[in-house]
Amino acid sequence: MQVSKEEILHIANLAHLNLEDSEIEKYLTNLQDILNFANIVNNAPVEGLDITIGANEAKNVFRKDEIKVFEDNEALLQNAVTQEQNMFKIPKVIN
Amino acid sequence: MNITELTVHELQEKLKNKELTITQITKAYTDRINEKEKDVQAFVTTLTDDAIEQAERIEQKVNNGEITGDFAGIPIGIKDNMCTKGVKTTCSSKMLENFVAPYNATVIEKLNNENIIDLGKLNMDEFAMGGSTEYSYFKKTRNPWDLNKVPGGSSGGSAAAVAANLVPWALGSDTGGSIRQPASFCGVVGLKPTYGLVSRYGLVAFASSLDQIGPITKDVYDSAMLLNLIVGHDERDTTSANFEKRDYTKALKNDVKGLKIGVPKEFFGEGINPEVKEALEKSIEKYKELGAEVEEFSLDIANYSLAAYYIIGCAEASSNLGRFDGIRYTYRTPEFKNLKEIYKKSRSEAFGPEVKRRIILGTYVLSSGYYDAYYKKAQQVRTLVMNEFNKAFEKYDVILTPTSPTVAFDIGSKSNNPLEMYLADICTVSVNIAGLPGISIPCGVDKEGMPIGMQLIGNKFCEETILNAAYTFEQNVKFRENYKPEFKGGAN
Repeated sequence: MQVSKEEILHIANLAHLNLEDSEIEKYLTNLQDILNFANIVNNAPVEGLDITIGANEAKNVFRKDEIKVFEDNEALLQNAVTQEQNMFKIPKVIN
Repeated sequence: MNITELTVHELQEKLKNKELTITQITKAYTDRINEKEKDVQAFVTTLTDDAIEQAERIEQKVNNGEITGDFAGIPIGIKDNMCTKGVKTTCSSKMLENFVAPYNATVIEKLNNENIIDLGKLNMDEFAMGGSTEYSYFKKTRNPWDLNKVPGGSSGGSAAAVAANLVPWALGSDTGGSIRQPASFCGVVGLKPTYGLVSRYGLVAFASSLDQIGPITKDVYDSAMLLNLIVGHDERDTTSANFEKRDYTKALKNDVKGLKIGVPKEFFGEGINPEVKEALEKSIEKYKELGAEVEEFSLDIANYSLAAYYIIGCAEASSNLGRFDGIRYTYRTPEFKNLKEIYKKSRSEAFGPEVKRRIILGTYVLSSGYYDAYYKKAQQVRTLVMNEFNKAFEKYDVILTPTSPTVAFDIGSKSNNPLEMYLADICTVSVNIAGLPGISIPCGVDKEGMPIGMQLIGNKFCEETILNAAYTFEQNVKFRENYKPEFKGGAN
């Protein structure tokens, strides 16, 4: 499958990544090479086989919906770039 | 006596016989780190001062009888993608350069309960994506056998630190070979357990359906001991298995008579270095001598597995790494106009090229129009791979392959060719795709004296079988007695 410049920019945007003009060509070539290789899966004898989503038995794991309080707020907040009143502070979202 | 050359079970003996003290051991390691770390560059964060303090405290408590246990005061090194409370966990990424985990991973809790001492956090490819540790944001780790060669990856810091005697043993993580391949390149033992045997709680996720934590050690006995310490069901990881605990050291019998070993001929074909092939053939002869029943068979899944691995692994990574948004995890772009710009600029500035490449590939294969052609097909291939392994394990106890098609390569020789780097994972990824256990042990060296690794694959939860097969080989070949890393070369 041939990937276009528009397509890789669209994908990068979906992934929240900016690509510099100088990078586009490189990532395009890399993606194309890897996809050409990955295309092998389309020749695999998988007709009629189910999909597998995980390495072990697919089953739901349930537990009681009980609140467990994580008390070490300080440890959590030390990773906030900016904080105020015991909360992560982020820039204004709605204008 | 050279303390840092001893295995952990040897250290335990010496502690028991009062030939050594806990502080002597930790001191020997911190001295060794001070001497050799400049050549090897295995650590992102060293905790040498803390470690000595901790050793003194633990020693006192042991002497007072306040704590007991065979592992009290034994040091370890941890790959820097496992959360350690109060200590940086960077994943070797600019994104997490200053991230201090607010809690401990389950495996860290288990080690702390044994009073094991953390010597530091070990270097890796950024977010565990890579096979040479060259994609670390911070530094390039060097192979102790030849400092101009890579240690493998992504757990390159862990394997190099064990090989260079900077730590007695270490934890790594393995998504497509990241424990086994660096163990092979550094001449040490690396075990990737069955998916679900070890809790992933607190392991920074790369590809959740493939990731697994495991031991990197000097020998097989240590591997079994460290496995004993980290296994167990954990309600905080929904994929954690409820598998009955056992003592894996009890499985080490030094006997493989009647063991059925299958050798898949496709893993010895094109692309396998002739010296690697020769070393493996000799190893197969050794197993026959020791009474194992060895048979060649066909397992034509290596290429399909590799393609499926890169599709599934990148798809899961693109989703898992979505959380790094410039808000919660320490890195934020200095200049921005709105929220979307925070996301895009922070991610673009703080992720390295390999991480971006995999996020782009993962986003592509999950995007509408390509989902069926790539992602869904890869998931069907996953079923195919599992079926083929199931068939093989009806006939064989162990499947034997090279760990990697080559020995460690020169630093810089593959870093500009991502696809070539991916193809080097050909022998290891199918094990993750199928969720099986696999161990790499050294089985020889090439003409330049670089170690060659042999991989033994077992059926799900059959760690005992592959550990015994590995142990028996090790006891009869004695690689560690014959070969030692020489720190050849030197920094450029």
